[in-house]
Formats: sequence, C-alpha cells, structure tokens
Amino acid sequence: MDLSVSLPGLELKNPIMPASGCFGFGREYSQFYDLSKLGAVIMKAATGKERLGNPTPRVAETASGMLNAIGLQNPGVEKIVETEIPFLSKFHIPIIANVSGSTMEEYVNVATVLNEAEDLRAIELNISCPNVKEGGIQFGIDPHMAATVTEKVKQASNVPVYVKLSPNVTNIVDMAKAIEAAGADGLSMINTLTGMQIHLPTRKPVIANKTGGLSGPAIKPVAIRMIYEVKQHVNIPIIGMGGIETAEDVLEFLLAGADAVAVGTANFQNPFVCPEIIDALPKVLETYGFSSVKEATGGAHKHE
Amino acid sequence: MIKKETMKIISINVIAKETVEMVLQNEYISENAAPGQFLHISVSGCTLRRPLSIAAVNRTAMTVTILFKIIGKGTKRLSEYVEGETVDVLGPAGNGFPLKNLSKKDKVLLIGGGIGVPPLYFLGCTLKELGYDVQAVIGFQSKDFVFYEERFKKLGETIVVTNDGSYGEKGFVTDMVDKITSFDRYYSCGPAPMLKAVTNTFQDKEGYLSFEERMGCGIGACYACIIPTNDGSNYKKICQDGPVFRAEEVSL
Repeated sequence: MDLSVSLPGLELKNPIMPASGCFGFGREYSQFYDLSKLGAVIMKAATGKERLGNPTPRVAETASGMLNAIGLQNPGVEKIVETEIPFLSKFHIPIIANVSGSTMEEYVNVATVLNEAEDLRAIELNISCPNVKEGGIQFGIDPHMAATVTEKVKQASNVPVYVKLSPNVTNIVDMAKAIEAAGADGLSMINTLTGMQIHLPTRKPVIANKTGGLSGPAIKPVAIRMIYEVKQHVNIPIIGMGGIETAEDVLEFLLAGADAVAVGTANFQNPFVCPEIIDALPKVLETYGFSSVKEATGGAHKHE
Repeated sequence: MIKKETMKIISINVIAKETVEMVLQNEYISENAAPGQFLHISVSGCTLRRPLSIAAVNRTAMTVTILFKIIGKGTKRLSEYVEGETVDVLGPAGNGFPLKNLSKKDKVLLIGGGIGVPPLYFLGCTLKELGYDVQAVIGFQSKDFVFYEERFKKLGETIVVTNDGSYGEKGFVTDMVDKITSFDRYYSCGPAPMLKAVTNTFQDKEGYLSFEERMGCGIGACYACIIPTNDGSNYKKICQDGPVFRAEEVSL
C-alpha cells in the first residue's frame, strides 16, 4: 500500500501528522513512541516573543469534544529555532512550524526568524486562533486581510506556506480562494470552532477566557463539509483536520479532498493514536478499494 | 517513566458521601508509583482523561488505590464501573512529593482537605515505613464526608476537622495551629483557598503543595493545566512540573 504523499515542501511517507497545539514540540510524546514513524509534525504555535497565554481553566470537556483557550503559550520563535527544531530534527521527518501573531509585522518577523531553521520544511500560517484578544482571528475572517498576510509571509519565508483556515466564517470558499490567489502553497483546515460552556453552580463560563475553541469528533462533520466545498474551488493541496480519531476518519477526510491530515485532540485520549492510525490505514484503504492515499484524495467528488 | 497501561478493577466502594475508593491492579504502575503522583484515567464516553491522585500502593498485591469524589459526568461514569472491568491509564504521572533533604529526626505534618487527603495517605505510609515521625490534620466539609481517619491514626497523631463541627474539631485545618506539635516540614493537598491559608499560616516552614487543575493531555504537551510562578514571570505545568511544588515557588 502506497501511503506516500508529495506536497509543496513536504515529502510525506504517510499522510498522518499531529496537529499544532496538541503535541507541544514533540518531546512528551517521544517518551511513548519513536516520532520518526509520523508523516510529519506540526509544532505548537510560534509568536515573536514568549507568550504566557491565558489564565486557567483553559480547557473544558464537551459532548464528543473539548473547548480550549490556551492563548498561544510558547517560548517565542527564537527559542523554538534554537532548541525545539533541533530536537525534532533527530527524527528525520518533515517539520512544520505554526506561525502566529497579533500584527502583520509579527507574522512577518516570525516567518523571517524561522528561515534560520535549516530543517524546517513548511509553515502553517495560523490566522485562525480564536483565543487571543488582539489579531490572530481578525486575519482569518476577512478575505482581504487574509490575502495580505499570506502575501507578506510568502515574501518573507523561504519555505512553502500552508494557511490554516478558521471555520468561524460565513463563506469558507471565499476565504480559501482569496488565500490561493495571494500565493499560498496549501491550506490547512479546519481550526477550532468558537464555543462556550457555562458552569451551573457559579453561573459563569467554565473557561477563564470565557470562549474557547471547540475540537474533537464533535467538529468532524463541519471539517468534512468545509474541505469538500473548498476542494471544488481551489487547486492547492489541503491538510485536513478536525476530530480525527481513526483510520476510517482519515479516509473520510481524503475523500472530501484532503491530501494529508492532522490529528489533534485524540492525542490526549490516546498518546499512541497517530502511530495506531498509520498502522491501520493500509487495511482501511484496501477495504474501500484504494491502492494508495493519493488515489483516495477527492474521491467523494468523482461520483457527482 | 509514564506509560499507557491497562488496570484491572479489584474493588470499588463508596467510603464516604460522594466519595469512591477504587483498587486497581497493574504490576508496572504499582512498582513505579511514588507518593504525589497521579493516574490519568480514560473514562468511557469522555473525550478527556481524568487525573486522579494515588492514595495507596500495595506492591505485594500489585495494586494501586485511588479515591475520587463524584462531581461531574466523568467521575459519575467512573463510579459506575464494576469489579473485574479494566481501565486504561497513563501513569504514574507527574512528580511526587520530594523526600530529599529530609533528615531522620525531622518531623512531618500532613495537611489535607477533602478529596486532597488521598495522596497524603500514600505519602504518610511511605514516611512511616522510612521511620519518620508523622502527624496529620485532615479536614472535611462535614461528618458524612470523612474518610481514612483510622488509617491516618495508625500513621501518627491525627486531628480530624469538619467545617461545620459535625465531627471532630470545628473549623478549618489552619485553625488547628495550636493543637499540633512542632514540626519541620509540611506537605499539603486540598482546595486552593486551603492551600493559600496553609501557606500563610506556615510561612516560616518548608512546605510542599499538591495542586489540581483541569487537564488535557496530562503529560505536558497541551499547556492546559498551568500555574503562575510566584514572581509572575512564567508558568509551571501542573501535570508535568508538578503536581507538587514548593509553597513559595508558585502563585496561589
């Protein structure tokens, strides 16, 4: 079974990668298994300076999912280049950095600093974090701003740029088209859906930030629908994510139009979920009549 | 080292109001667990695992005891498991109570509140085995919630406190200052306001506090369960750097 996928900047031996923010910088999960088994790894968000993030509680469980408002806590891009990327380099898998910021300048600055990291293969441009007060999400809900930040980061970066789309928009296709036209090498979708949970005894939101990003199986149908719609209108590759827990889920994302996928929340329940999906994928592809991952991508569109 | 293990439920009993004691069997966890560490337990139907501290270990029987209070969906579901079923855990997780630099003559005070009492029992047993002089103050809401009194009394002098005075002494654990004998170091676990009061009361003593927080991964990757350091310059991860910290290390 051919699990390999070739995308701009990314030669993947399989299409499975842990999603940004759910895997730190890989150190903790490397206690459980050899990370070289992964197709790639997407690091936790990098910002220009160290960010301490939001007050706690930062997470809350929901039906078939969870809310989080971590607030992009990270040691800053320079520290990440100095210590985290060299750690991940040992596993010889493509490394993708998640680039975040509050201003246009910060995005460009983070992308520029990341150019110093030789082993970085791509950037996931995070214009869709719902959990920081300033910036971030604004770039992700206005097609013009999204296009401008994409263009600037493309100019600044010497690796391919995958723009991570927010599902918190009225028209996901317009966003995707604007970002493609601005020169993005690929799309990554979807980020979390903004949500809230209220604690009955205190009558207050459970999450200190009040709102948080909903992830997990609860959002999978939203992700599938958005990828399916976007696939019909853009030609750049899509890294799909949103509630993936099994190899069957992966196939569903591929059929909707994803070229590769990221697994997020499921890592918390099962630290081995990524290698287990990689092991299970050949059988699932075979069961449904595919001889490669590439063959399955966009499969749901061929029957129209 | 933390591992993903399957544990068999040997027994499950309600031992006080809304309080469940579960005895789990697993060789690796029972051999490696240290006082203050926790198990990150997968509960069927829940997206996130539940972090529960280890209350006792029996290395001969290869068992680990956990205690939890039924407060939400996850703990309710966990309380419905039956003997013979298995649970999937990550553990032993976190760093336990440090025992380093404790001299043989040192006297130790354990201060527990509510469902923060269990990890102190495992610690007390370990200290007792090592020959230390242990005394304990354990506080509960009211009589119905009291558990492990007899067990603590076997470890050393123990004062039971209830907030409403329905059992033992009336008040808060920190009201017992005059009733405890001199000690050199304290270890405490309980609700945040109690930990704050304990820290203030025993400012001149070396103390270690164990914290709880809503957790995501439980291994340090998701940054959900952080606590600010005392100088406000940074955060510690409760699951990975803790759950035990020196009293002056973190901001309550």
